[in-house]
Amino acid sequence: MHLSELFAAGKFVVTSEIGPPKGTDIHPLLEEVEILRGKVDAINVTDIQSSVMRVGSLAVCHLLKDRGLEPVLQMTCRDRNRLALQSDLLSAAVLGLENVLCLTGDHPALGDHPEAKPVFDLDSVSLLWAAKQLQEGRDLAGGELQGTPKFCLGAVVTPGADPLEPQLIKMEKKIEAGAQFFQTQAVYEPQVFEKFMKIASQFGVPVMVGIVLLKSAGMARFMNRNVAGVHVPDELIEEMASVPREQRPQRSIEIAARLIREMKDMCQGVHLMPLGWERYVPAILEAAGL
Amino acid sequence: MIVSKRKPIEQILHALREDQKVFLVGCAGCAEAVGAGGEVQTGELKQELEQAGKVVTGWVVIDFLCNKTLVGRRLARYLEPLEEASALVVLSCGVGVQAVSAVVEQPTYPANDSISLGGLSGVWRSDERCATCGNCVLEYTGGICPVTMCAKGLLNGPCGGSQNGECEVEPGRPCGWMLIYERLKQLNRVERLKEFVPPRDYSKMLPHREVRESRFWALEREGGDL
Repeated sequence: MHLSELFAAGKFVVTSEIGPPKGTDIHPLLEEVEILRGKVDAINVTDIQSSVMRVGSLAVCHLLKDRGLEPVLQMTCRDRNRLALQSDLLSAAVLGLENVLCLTGDHPALGDHPEAKPVFDLDSVSLLWAAKQLQEGRDLAGGELQGTPKFCLGAVVTPGADPLEPQLIKMEKKIEAGAQFFQTQAVYEPQVFEKFMKIASQFGVPVMVGIVLLKSAGMARFMNRNVAGVHVPDELIEEMASVPREQRPQRSIEIAARLIREMKDMCQGVHLMPLGWERYVPAILEAAGL
Repeated sequence: MIVSKRKPIEQILHALREDQKVFLVGCAGCAEAVGAGGEVQTGELKQELEQAGKVVTGWVVIDFLCNKTLVGRRLARYLEPLEEASALVVLSCGVGVQAVSAVVEQPTYPANDSISLGGLSGVWRSDERCATCGNCVLEYTGGICPVTMCAKGLLNGPCGGSQNGECEVEPGRPCGWMLIYERLKQLNRVERLKEFVPPRDYSKMLPHREVRESRFWALEREGGDL
């Protein structure tokens, strides 16, 4: 079923995420997605994540669709101007892709081509707006379309941002511009998420809580230092540090499942970001009772 | 020289929708040279605003608004009409608007859009910069420019990379949108962030026909003095 139908039916929606490879060797990725088949409702495919050049999201989404999986096309504003973004939205539609997650995108300075020209002709809000215009039969210049696409438009929000107010204002703007669901930045503190949802739930748009699998205490500390709006509390870092290396996946599964159980009733879905640990996703969902 | 062009009065009135009493600041530098910020144009804007029911508490034209020290000193002579006004409108390039905004406590709105003509770009080297983008958005952003202060030039609020007031691009670099947010909070105008800012019109960066046909344009092309 399409994401839009699942949300409409009031189902708790589960998505996960994969990153395309750097190079043409696509088979490991296609094997990884098989692990997710039947376990998740849709799979996000990242768009040159972390500004590190690799295979495009559109091509991989097409491969997934061909294999009967439901992809979520991630689109950032970093690399394409409004001509290319609108064109790719139409391309996605003719390939039968419906779910599109609209993001600003990391700055090229963070990736492996820091000398690249940052485009950002549109931003996450105006990209949503552009997609909405296309669905209404016209492009950003007002030109009429022959055949209109249909999308389920997603956006992102950071519940742990400090200050939170600008995030909430932007979230409202995204809804106004066309966002039909949200996937959040990683959350590790249910009480922070609860506070966020108290306000965000009033907007009446489904929110999927984001969870990045903790791989080690070092990774958690790295995220605390470097990833905006993400905070892994000390107890979780200690919990990861307390087990020997070979038991880390098991502990990570337990932590993720626990977080899902604690936050499940506050929101409408969960978005798991396994960062290469796709094979543990089924175990997490089972342990979380999903 | 930075060429600027008056925005339509509707746009200025939209920016001033919460303000009744206004103080005007013109620029006798580049803006006067291109006929967009001198005494004549400041007087014209005063009239237009008064026709629309606004009260202009006072006005001044200062040589090169990009000279922030000069701006502070000259404005200090107008404390009374300044304090009476709840907002300022500045007829200059984006640097002038930002320089004025930095020395007053009220919201400061641009009367002009700025485009570049190359050559001299004002006189003041400071934090305030103008990308001469032709779509001045300083009215939405508390007089701080997101095009130059945000590494991505975003128009609709901070991205997910903003942390502890810093930009994701490099440590120590301020997040332009956090500066804007803090400034709007100070001005009690945070709700301005809720307004959708449409994508920029890049064709406006090019000098428009009137400017290309002006004697100032010809003078610069000839290499003469203004």
